Amino acid sequence: MTIVFDNNMPIYIQIMNYVKKQIITGRLNPGDKIESVRDMALELQINPNTIQRTFQELEREGIVETRRGLGRFVTSRESTIMQIKKEMAGELLERFVQGMRELGFEKDDIVAIVKDAVKDGKAESRTDRSE
Amino acid sequence: MESILELSGVTKTYGAKRALDNVSFKIQPGRIIGLLGSNGSGKSTLMKIAAGLMPPSSGQLLVCGEPSGQRTKALTSFMPDKPLTESWMRVKDAISFYKDFYPDFDAAKADEMLQFMKLQPADRISTLSKGMNERLQLTLALSRNAKLYLLDEPIGGVDPVAREKILDAIVKYYNEDSCLIISTHLVRDIERIFDEVILIKNGSIVLQEEVETIRFSQGKSVDELFKEVFAE
Repeated sequence: MTIVFDNNMPIYIQIMNYVKKQIITGRLNPGDKIESVRDMALELQINPNTIQRTFQELEREGIVETRRGLGRFVTSRESTIMQIKKEMAGELLERFVQGMRELGFEKDDIVAIVKDAVKDGKAESRTDRSE
Repeated sequence: MESILELSGVTKTYGAKRALDNVSFKIQPGRIIGLLGSNGSGKSTLMKIAAGLMPPSSGQLLVCGEPSGQRTKALTSFMPDKPLTESWMRVKDAISFYKDFYPDFDAAKADEMLQFMKLQPADRISTLSKGMNERLQLTLALSRNAKLYLLDEPIGGVDPVAREKILDAIVKYYNEDSCLIISTHLVRDIERIFDEVILIKNGSIVLQEEVETIRFSQGKSVDELFKEVFAE
């Protein structure tokens, strides 16, 4: 597990996003057990209190559940997982649209460009390469 | 919760020079604190006073609620910026030296840490590289079951690989009921392991803040903030 951290952003938010991505991409499945705070701290070279805070926030959002004496688990509720997916897609879109506007594209242009990209499979080949 | 370390109005003068000027702060248990300042800002003076090696000119210092003295020294593990080990020693001699000296020295933990650090008990300390020597000093300091750990410049002059190893060891071996203060001016590589930073400039505290709060409210890294505060 590796994350390239951006020290300008709260670390716990970056780890939260990382865990969410793991869930969306199926690397962590609903009901899976999550590493202990200590192990994760070691692996990411992060202060254990920061990891603790990450999990507290994930619990508050209902993404992670603590079962007493057993540890922490990814929620089994599909609706929560769909919710994360939507949220993350929303953020991506927002950034994309903003970037396109900065380049001077209007609404319709953006839609056309996206349509085009998806049709030609450009968008997919781009993501393949970046992985 | 009782603070592990509390300074109130601590001032230290060397002749006419004020090394520390009316310094006050409190530190809670379970935290890793970065004491950040440029060269000559008063970091090392503060560390030595906190370690009980030097009395303040005025002001008060409490460790776990007790005034600084023999008893608080037993609660404090200090890693100085210059090693305490002698050049004739081998690694194992340094370990037994510490074991004899400090009743709270955990030999099992020291053995584990030596392995983690890839240090050989038979190695002569005089032949160790700077990075390996720092690893040894850290092993000695963290193998005590203290309440307050003070690490003075643990990553100064150490290459990036050794630096990683030292950070790993700090995260892995630090005791969660205690408090660990790391003084450094190398902020970027180490800021991720801090809970909180204290910025000291010309002997005065400029800021004491949670690192995540700095990132959240100012949108900048501790390293950037450090450079702004200490810009000349």
